Amino acid sequence: MEVLKIATAGSVDDGKSTLIGRLLYDTKSLTTDKLEAIEKSSKQKGYDYLDFSLATDGLVAEREQGITIDVAHIYFSTATRSYIIADTPGHVEYTRNMVTGASTSQAAIILIDARHGVIEQTYRHFFINNLLRIKDVIVAINKMDLVDFSEERYNEIKADFQQLVAKSDYEDQNITFIPVSALTGDNVVNTSEIMNWYKGKTLLEHLEELDTQNVYNKGVMRFPVQNVIRPKTAEYHDFRGYAGKVYGDNINVGDEVIVLPSQTKTKIKEIYFNNKKYTSAARRSSITVTLENDVNVSRGDMIVKTNELPKVEKQFNATISWMDNKPLLNGSKYVLQHGVHKVLAKVATINHKIETDFSGVINEVNSLNMNDIASVSFQLNKPIYFDAFKNNRTNGSFILIDTQTNNTAGVGFIN
Amino acid sequence: MTSNLQINALENEAIYIMREVAAQFEKPVLLFSGGKDSITLVRLAQKAFFPAKIPFPLMHIDTGHNFPETIEFRDRLVEELGLELIVRKVQDTIDQGKVQEETGRYSSRNTLQTTTLLDAIEEFKFDACIGGARRDEEKARAKERIFSVRDDFGQWDEKNQRPELFDMLNGQIHLGQNVRVFPISNWTELDVWTYIEKENLEIPSIYFAHKRQIFMRDGLIWSHSDYVFQDEEEEVEERMVRFRTVGDMSCTAAVDSYATTISEVVAEIRDSSISERGARIDDKRSEAAMEKRKQQGYF
Repeated sequence: MEVLKIATAGSVDDGKSTLIGRLLYDTKSLTTDKLEAIEKSSKQKGYDYLDFSLATDGLVAEREQGITIDVAHIYFSTATRSYIIADTPGHVEYTRNMVTGASTSQAAIILIDARHGVIEQTYRHFFINNLLRIKDVIVAINKMDLVDFSEERYNEIKADFQQLVAKSDYEDQNITFIPVSALTGDNVVNTSEIMNWYKGKTLLEHLEELDTQNVYNKGVMRFPVQNVIRPKTAEYHDFRGYAGKVYGDNINVGDEVIVLPSQTKTKIKEIYFNNKKYTSAARRSSITVTLENDVNVSRGDMIVKTNELPKVEKQFNATISWMDNKPLLNGSKYVLQHGVHKVLAKVATINHKIETDFSGVINEVNSLNMNDIASVSFQLNKPIYFDAFKNNRTNGSFILIDTQTNNTAGVGFIN
Repeated sequence: MTSNLQINALENEAIYIMREVAAQFEKPVLLFSGGKDSITLVRLAQKAFFPAKIPFPLMHIDTGHNFPETIEFRDRLVEELGLELIVRKVQDTIDQGKVQEETGRYSSRNTLQTTTLLDAIEEFKFDACIGGARRDEEKARAKERIFSVRDDFGQWDEKNQRPELFDMLNGQIHLGQNVRVFPISNWTELDVWTYIEKENLEIPSIYFAHKRQIFMRDGLIWSHSDYVFQDEEEEVEERMVRFRTVGDMSCTAAVDSYATTISEVVAEIRDSSISERGARIDDKRSEAAMEKRKQQGYF
C-alpha cells in the first residue's frame, strides 16, 4: 500500500481540526466508539454540532484551551492509499512544530479562513512550505459557508495568494486552490452542489491523484552507512555488510562506488534485504550491501557513485530554523547530526535573520531565538559529505544538538 | 538474484529505526508482550540485522494475568528464533510491597506494570526500550515521538518533546534517562495485520475466533476467569469471540467474531466500525487515561 504524508497548516480557528475530522468522517474512518466520544464531548461543551477537533487534539492542555499545541498524527485510508496527516499548529510561537511536521511530509494543505483571506500567518505557512521544498501545496479556502459560497471572494483570495507565490524562488512547486467548507463538507470529500461554479477536484480527489513517487525530486544516489553487520557465525563467517537506507536514486549490484571519507574505490557486490539478494534497490529502501574489496567502513561513512561526488567540506552556509528556548549565539558549539553522521560544529557567523513574511532580511544579528529563521555559517571539526538541500532533502539537511541538554535545538538546510 | 526489490515504506522506516537503536544505544531491549505488535517488531528486527542475530534481548513484563495461550506462544517463539528473553513479574513487585493490588469491580494489574517495568530498566541499565505502540491507537499516543525521552523516573514530558526532523533521530541522553522507541509508530492496525498476513507470521490463537466463557459488562465482552472480578448477577455464557489486542486479561475485552484465519481477520478489520482500543477497558477510565499513564512511565 502506498503512503502519502501531508502536513496541515492554518491559524487558530481556521478550522483545521474540523477539516481533518471531516476527512475522517466522510471517508468513514471514524469508528463508532470514536464518534460516540466526540458526540459526548461536544454535548458536554454545549455545542449543537459535532466538534471534530476533539478527534485530533490529544493532550489535556489542548482540550482545555481548544487549540493544538503539538504535532499530532492522524491516519486514514481509502481504497487507493494510506494517508498520514501531520497536524501542526498555526500559532506564531509554534513555527518549530510546523517545520517538524513539514519535514516528513510529501504534500501540504494551507488553510485560509474565507472571511479573513490571506493574513500574515498565511505568509508564514507558505514560507515554511517553500523553505522545506514541499512540492505539492493545496490552498484550502475554508468557511466558504460564511461568505455565502461566493466565487468572487474565492477569486479575490486566490489572487492575493498568487502575489505571494510570485515572491517564491521555488518554480517547480505545484499550487492548487480549492474552496471548501469543513463544517458542511463541501468539496472536502464530496463535490459541493452549492459551489457549482468551481469545476476542479475536491480535496480528497486531488490527494488521491498526487504521485507519491514523484513528490521527492529524484537526485543522485546516497547511501549513508548506519551499521556494520558482522554475524561471525559458521555460515557467514567472513560476511561484512553495510546496513543503511538508500536516498536519491537506485543502487545496483556492480555500481562503481567510492567510500567517504576514505575515498576508497570499489564496487557493490551484493544487495541484501533480509535473507534475499537483489540486483537493484530503489531509493528509500533499507538494505544491506557488501562490497567487492575489503574496505574499512564504519557508521557515518557514505557510499556514493564514483562520478557523483557530493561536496566534502568543513565549512558551509545554511538556513537555520531555531527550535530551542536557549538562543543560538555567535560562536556557540553544537553537535551537528547530518543523517547518521555526527560532528562538532561552531557557529562562525550569523549572517542575517530572514523574515518569514517574505519582507526581507535583518542584518547585524547576534543571537537567534526560538522560531527564528536565519542564514548561518558553520565551521566543523571534521568534514561532512553533503548536497545542497534543494537538490537532496535528506543529504542537504542536518540537526543541531545542544551539548548540555542533548535537546534537538535546531534544523539546518544547506545552501 | 535477478529481481528488483519492491519497497514497503512503513517496513523500511521501521527497519531504519531498529538500526538506529542498535547504533545509538549501549543497552537496548525489545519490550515483548506476545501480542501482534511485538511479534511484528521481532520480525522487523530480524530483517534489520540479517544475517546477524538480533543484537538485543526481549523483555516481558508479566502481570501474571496473561492469557495462557500468549505465554505458550512467547516461549515457543523465543526458542525457535534463539533469542534471549528476560521476564519480570508484577507479582514480585506486589510481594516486595512496592505496589498494591487493586480491588473491586474494575481491578486490574495493568497500571501496576509501570513500577515493574521501571525497576527492570534500572536493574539492567537499559537505555532504550523498543515498544510496539502505534500513533493511531489512541490520541495521546498520536503525539508520541519515535525516540521518546523519559527522565530518571520514567516520566514522559509531553509538552517538552524533541522535534523529529526528516529521518534524523536524536538518541543523545544523560545518564539515568532512557528512550522509548516506537518503530511502528506510523502503522495502523490494518497495516500490522496485512504485514502479518504477507510475512506469514505465527500469532497466538486468541487472535482467532474461538469459543470462550464470557460475561457482559458495560456493553463489552469480558473473559470469565479467576483474574477478573465478576458480580453474581453477571451471568457467564459461551460465545464465539476473538481478541483484537492482547493485554492483561482483566483489561482486554473480546469482540464477536467468526474469523478463524488471518485473511478473515484482515477482512473483518477492514469493515470494523469499532476502533482497536474501543475494547480496551483501561482507556475508558477517562478521556485522559492514556496521557496520565504515559506521564507516569507506562509503555
